Amino acid sequence: MTQSKPWIPYALILPSVVFLGLLFVVPLVQTLWLAVSDNGTPSLANMTTMVTDLHFGRSVLNTFLLTLAVVPVQIVMALTMGSMVAKMNGGRETILWIWTIPLGISDLAAGMVWLSILQNTGYLNSILFGLGIIERQTAWLTYQTPVALFIGIAIAEIWRGTAIVMIIIVAGLNQVPKEFKEAAEIFGASPWTRFTRITLPLIRPALQSALILRTVLAFEVFAVVYALGGRNFPVLVGEAYNWQNQNQNYGVAAAYAVLIMVISLAATLVYLKAVKVDPERLP
Amino acid sequence: MANIVIDNIKKSFGAFQALKGVSLTINDGEFVSLLGPSGCGKTTLLRIIAGLETSTSGDVRIGEKSVIGLLPKDRGLAMVFQNYAVFPHMTVYENVAFGLRMQKADDARVKKQVEKAAGLLHIEPYLDRYPNKLSGGQRQRVAVARALAVEPGVLLMDEPLSNLDALLRLEMRTELKTVLQEAGTTTIYVTHDQTEAMGLSDRIAVVHDGRIEQVGTPVEVYNNPATRFVGGFIGNPPMNFITMPVTGGQVTAGAQQFAVPAQGGDIVLGLRGETVERAPTGHGLDMHVRVAEPMGSHLLLTGSILGQPARVILPATETVKNGETVGLTLDPRRLTWLSPESGVSYPAAA
Ligand SMILES: Nc1ncnc2c1ncn2[C@@H]1O[C@H](COP(=O)(O)OP(=O)(O)O)[C@@H](O)[C@H]1O
Ligand SMILES: [Mg+2]
Repeated sequence: MTQSKPWIPYALILPSVVFLGLLFVVPLVQTLWLAVSDNGTPSLANMTTMVTDLHFGRSVLNTFLLTLAVVPVQIVMALTMGSMVAKMNGGRETILWIWTIPLGISDLAAGMVWLSILQNTGYLNSILFGLGIIERQTAWLTYQTPVALFIGIAIAEIWRGTAIVMIIIVAGLNQVPKEFKEAAEIFGASPWTRFTRITLPLIRPALQSALILRTVLAFEVFAVVYALGGRNFPVLVGEAYNWQNQNQNYGVAAAYAVLIMVISLAATLVYLKAVKVDPERLP
Repeated sequence: MANIVIDNIKKSFGAFQALKGVSLTINDGEFVSLLGPSGCGKTTLLRIIAGLETSTSGDVRIGEKSVIGLLPKDRGLAMVFQNYAVFPHMTVYENVAFGLRMQKADDARVKKQVEKAAGLLHIEPYLDRYPNKLSGGQRQRVAVARALAVEPGVLLMDEPLSNLDALLRLEMRTELKTVLQEAGTTTIYVTHDQTEAMGLSDRIAVVHDGRIEQVGTPVEVYNNPATRFVGGFIGNPPMNFITMPVTGGQVTAGAQQFAVPAQGGDIVLGLRGETVERAPTGHGLDMHVRVAEPMGSHLLLTGSILGQPARVILPATETVKNGETVGLTLDPRRLTWLSPESGVSYPAAA
């Protein structure tokens, strides 16, 4: 390694820093200002409008409920799927490839896929009708069927977003040398004990990343909800979208954006504390 | 308490035969090394004994009971892995206690056993630490302590010292020997390092290409290698192999004559480098010395005998120049004779 040109690393990093600065920090500051100002003077008017809006409470509740329903299921599924492929000898790549197909589909397209299944004339009704379980077309996605709507959206989100969690978890599982599990086996640990006492603690870093990433994405849920429920199921990003495009009120939209960011940051902090990764206890 | 019978174990990975029929009996309390070059099937055999791998055919009996089909934990054994496999997220104490915890031992027994094992391996000062902060040698001790804490009938070790530097390896070797002698555990020790196997073992099983080539005490396999492979693998420098003509059941080396177990044709002389003595040229075998290396404790000569490559050792007091030809006297009691075709040695009595 030569030390003669210490500026080289900085020069190489500079473009990405400039790029991020222009496209992330500047809009961020602008949005923050937009949210807490009114006609160029500091004001909490946008915040007040947001909080007193009819849809505000429900959109917060829906977003949290959806996150609470989707993220744990996805983590458990990803762990199960990851552990299953880890046991396979041949065909691992093929299975992983199939499982990650939803990743290649945009979230709006994913919403459309599930709309075609769950709408009145969709596949689900056809099948149920064909089996004689229902007599006529049943609506699943209206404001009169909130539970069905919620379940439909949750299933679509799980279908769409589990792969990314699984990829992170599979990467984490691959990092755990098989000797750890074998040693545990020799000393009498059952498969379940090996999983809980050896594997899980050793994939903490991956688990933490997956939880943070997936939770932040869950708070940003929009397109799937929009495709399936429209405004029947208000969520935070959906409200921001409405204030921006329908009401042309950028200030309130910015207030929503800031709220989402604060929630995401808070969730991240909670995970960093709760799923602590102690470098001293890693391989 | 636990003798081990390995009965004609075969193992194939697809079309590749890793073990081609291995049989070995290990007595209770005995320390047996599986010694062989990398890829010869040592780890595979050990994993089959442990139950981490299934054999294609054959039987393993521990304490007279067949363990084929039993889970590793029901075989009454413990294992030390090559990379230690000490759990990084548990303290040293919990690592050593792991096997006992799995057996649902009460805290008093756990404490007693952990302290005993930790004492044997001198790791008491680290019991509260995490393995990450320990050196390779200390982790190695933790791995051994974890295995001994459950007081296993059988201890399996897979190249436990190979990740340590040379000095530490020597130190740990001596210590392992002391500790295991004290524990009296039947031990199978896998290594590719012949000095390790020689120093530690009651008996050595030399593994080559999926087969056991010879089983014997360190002195037996060193002095009377069953095959050319064993002679070449054990000893540093390895045994010299010199093909010589036989006339009338005799081999002539200068003024020395030896009766050999063949009538005519060729025979291979297996010659340990340190069994020769310096003599005037023409007395025994003459060696053309290409390089003479004074090693301090001895003088190592590399060159050729009868045009065939050879390495011999003379006392440090001798002086030999590069390019010189020296005469060597052979000790008839310390020669091995091998068939040039099969590479198998003739019985030592000949
Ligand atoms: N799971 C496996 N699949 C295919 N081949 C294997 C497997 N395990 C070991 N082998 C092969 O079996 C042979 C013996 O391996 P191993 O027992 O690990 O050798 P050693 O421990 O003596 O170095 C090697 O050629 C190795 O490549
Ligand atoms: Mg090996």
